[in-house]
Amino acid sequence: MRRSLCTLTVIMFWMIAGVSGAVGLTADDLKPLAEDDFDAKSQAIDRVIASGNDVALRLLEALNKERVVATDDDTVLIQEGNTLKDPITNAPVSTAASEVQPIALNNSLRARVASALSGLRLQAPDRAVRARAIDALLHGPDPSLKAEIEAARSKELDPVLKNRLDQLWALTALQDPDPAKRLQAAQLIGQRKDPQMRGLLLPLLEKNKDGAYAESDPKVRAAAGDALKAMAFEQWQIEMVGTLFAGLSLGSILLLAALGLAITYGLIGVINMAHGEFLMIGAYATYLVQEFFRRNLAGALDWYPLAAVPVSFMAAAIAGFILERLVLRLLYGRPLETLLSTFGVSLVLIQTVRVVFGAQNVQVANPSWMSGGVAIMPNLILPFNRIAIMIFALLVVGTAALVLNRTRLGLFIRATTQNRRMAACCGIRTWKVDSYAFAFGAGIAGLGGCALSQIGNVGPDLGQSYIIDSFMAVVLGGVGQLAGTIVGAMGLGLVSKVIEPFWGAVLAKIAVLVLIVLFIQKRPRGLFALKGRSVEI
Amino acid sequence: MKRRKLLKILSLTACLAIAAVPSFTKAASSEPIKVGILHSLSGTMAISETSLKDVALMTIEEINKNGGVMGRQIEAVVVDPASNWPLFAEKARQLLSQDKVAVVFGCWTSVSRKSVLPVFEELNGLLFYPVQYEGEEMQKNVFYTGAAPNQQAIPAVEYLMSKEGGGATRFFLLGTDYVYPRTTNKILRAFLHAKGVQDSDIAEVYTPFGHSDYQTIVADVKKFAQGGKTAVISTINGDSNVPFYKELGNQGIKATDVPVVAFSVGEEELRGIDAKPLAGHLAAWNYFMSLRNPVNTAFKKEWAAYVQAHNLPGGDKRVTNDPMEATYVGIHMWKQAVEKAGTTNVDKVIEAAYGQKFNAPCGFELELDANHHLHKPVFIGEIRPDGQFSVVWKTKGPVRAQPWSPYIPGNESKPDHLTVVPLLPVDHGTDTATAQDVGR
Repeated sequence: MRRSLCTLTVIMFWMIAGVSGAVGLTADDLKPLAEDDFDAKSQAIDRVIASGNDVALRLLEALNKERVVATDDDTVLIQEGNTLKDPITNAPVSTAASEVQPIALNNSLRARVASALSGLRLQAPDRAVRARAIDALLHGPDPSLKAEIEAARSKELDPVLKNRLDQLWALTALQDPDPAKRLQAAQLIGQRKDPQMRGLLLPLLEKNKDGAYAESDPKVRAAAGDALKAMAFEQWQIEMVGTLFAGLSLGSILLLAALGLAITYGLIGVINMAHGEFLMIGAYATYLVQEFFRRNLAGALDWYPLAAVPVSFMAAAIAGFILERLVLRLLYGRPLETLLSTFGVSLVLIQTVRVVFGAQNVQVANPSWMSGGVAIMPNLILPFNRIAIMIFALLVVGTAALVLNRTRLGLFIRATTQNRRMAACCGIRTWKVDSYAFAFGAGIAGLGGCALSQIGNVGPDLGQSYIIDSFMAVVLGGVGQLAGTIVGAMGLGLVSKVIEPFWGAVLAKIAVLVLIVLFIQKRPRGLFALKGRSVEI
Repeated sequence: MKRRKLLKILSLTACLAIAAVPSFTKAASSEPIKVGILHSLSGTMAISETSLKDVALMTIEEINKNGGVMGRQIEAVVVDPASNWPLFAEKARQLLSQDKVAVVFGCWTSVSRKSVLPVFEELNGLLFYPVQYEGEEMQKNVFYTGAAPNQQAIPAVEYLMSKEGGGATRFFLLGTDYVYPRTTNKILRAFLHAKGVQDSDIAEVYTPFGHSDYQTIVADVKKFAQGGKTAVISTINGDSNVPFYKELGNQGIKATDVPVVAFSVGEEELRGIDAKPLAGHLAAWNYFMSLRNPVNTAFKKEWAAYVQAHNLPGGDKRVTNDPMEATYVGIHMWKQAVEKAGTTNVDKVIEAAYGQKFNAPCGFELELDANHHLHKPVFIGEIRPDGQFSVVWKTKGPVRAQPWSPYIPGNESKPDHLTVVPLLPVDHGTDTATAQDVGR
């Protein structure tokens, strides 16, 4: 299969080479690739591209995959696994893999190799290969490939690909001497509405120094103007959708950070300054699970987050249980002392982590299914890790609500927080309920930490950066209500993302804080105030 | 009762032990020279500064093993200013007036340096500052062994504008909101103006410290890039870089489309991150761990052995980076200056330090100039998936520092070097040539 592909492309090469004049490549032509001089390197690559034979294809493919190596005396070789091959004869050579250094390309050379390779693949027999080549070129148009694109366009039979090739052709045909072709090109670009291509159209509407338009034909100018208008509208839509998504995403991150606090502070009434450190414990638990998978279950490494979810919950819940038993139990009804002692505990936890894991952040990698994103509009990509975290936030909120409203433990928690003495009279062991409820809240915070590890840094100070936002979301939403925290977190996320494009990140943060102060003045008990709830503790 | 007795015994032994130490050293032929190490070992900056403390201790151990300075051993006094800027000044005062140290190696952020400056001036101390910074300073009591803007930022932008670097015409200046990024961007904007770049082709955006949500900013970068070939110049500090690069990768911006060149991302910062999404982006420094030369090989070997011998956290994953090299070079420069002056007297050491040369791990012989800065080579490195850098561009040789940037108005009249102390006949003839070299 692959071989037939290769031979076909080779035939195609000869066709192109027939036009440009075939040049045989020699080992000396390739030597500059191994040198440090950029100009020599770039000329060597130009020669490879121009030669257009199977050697060139082999070399370009290897360059694209960073598999080209060189020996100390500048002999260029292609590495395939542990064997090294001569790029011209494709025969294995005796040089050992330890004696070679990889050839370093820089960004501009890499882009050139990739686009040349795409150009050569435009007529590949495999549809998927063609489609990928066209998409790559649509993303970064290369005017030097005009001949290849036109050749491919006249041969393509697949209607979808043909359509895309037309658009690709349009990107290179804006400078065509024939005004009819230019007009068609401008119209095609307008249909595609990709704002990324604005840069190609804008020069058409500019005036030269002598006052004449750069584009002489008024029809083409009109078409370009229309296309730009369509793009501006598309860009506006992209920005709206993008802002909405960013706001919801930030909101769901705040929600995950704040949800544990909504239980420990909101329901039980403990001012827990060590809440951020429960997030940190959850994140470090995720890190440990990842390391465990890396050492013992390397094949299933992509699925470590699934195992990390219960582990981080348990780790934080156990830490919460111990904290409640050893410290908080003695301080119920004394909020100031609780605040101070939990603050102390948070410092102890941070420094402990620093001693055990070092002051450096630890490395938590996104699994491959959480990297990248889905393009829902041209130029708007929604990252998978943010989508995953939104779904995860929904699941965690659902679980917390279920536990609190549908289980016996939840019933006891609600009873105890509403009227401790009455609950005790009914036979509830309130001290036990306190411990479990606090451990549950801490566990939820651990889940938050597990999610945060996928989006930010995991370091000893992780909790510190979220504790203020968490308190804000809980207080804004109204203490004692899960629904309040959800609305509070989402509201905070959306408002900061709507403000940010206008005022910048620094002022947006200040503006959000000012808004909260004003809001709390108006409604001291937050969005969802519990009516008739007596302040018990 | 028992506990009290135990305490008494313990404190007695402690007193004895403390008393015993100086009497031992006094018995030796000459007392050790005390040097101060002023790096945050806790708080937000601990992430970067801890390894500078480690490398300073390593260098001191190495010097002691080779016979010390003028036959005297060096004794390090390590203090922890805890990422707290006023505490830096307090600890500096303690080092200079109580511990009577001969020299201090320390500070990372510009604000910590600014906070200790008055103390060093008042008590006539000597500080070696090892981190790249915004310039606009030349203090008699400080030697700056990190890069000035013309040894890092400006060559990096020139590279981005060149054909080799992609020929960028639009620039997105993105930084954390404090003095270093603001001043650097001010210099860069003036530099870009001088190169004919219009204000409409420059965007300048700042984020708060510890910012972690880069969705809006990355969307802005994308929109900005519609107007032409764009490069992002990042002065984002510390761990905010991770969410930024992650967002960039996830939103589909590749280094071949919009390259990001960073001035605060080095090997040590990359150690804590999955570097795969960053691959292909750039950083400008005066030293990379991946440089291949005999001095660097020896330096890396010494560091690895030190890490192992002292069982430092991180173990074999520990790396070397630019500020660590600058610390190492700084301590050696001081040692050479002391040996030349024959004393640890601050004024005499400063005088003797001008023109000192040292074979540094960056592969060049670096010279300490009378402008209190080092001549340094500039490297542009590309981030590799393993968190190391491969060098894609470098200057031909060391570049002389211009602490007073010519791109900031009013700097023309500032002195080129310090004239407070009489200059030694150092051959500055060659320096002017290297200084013009920067303009390339």
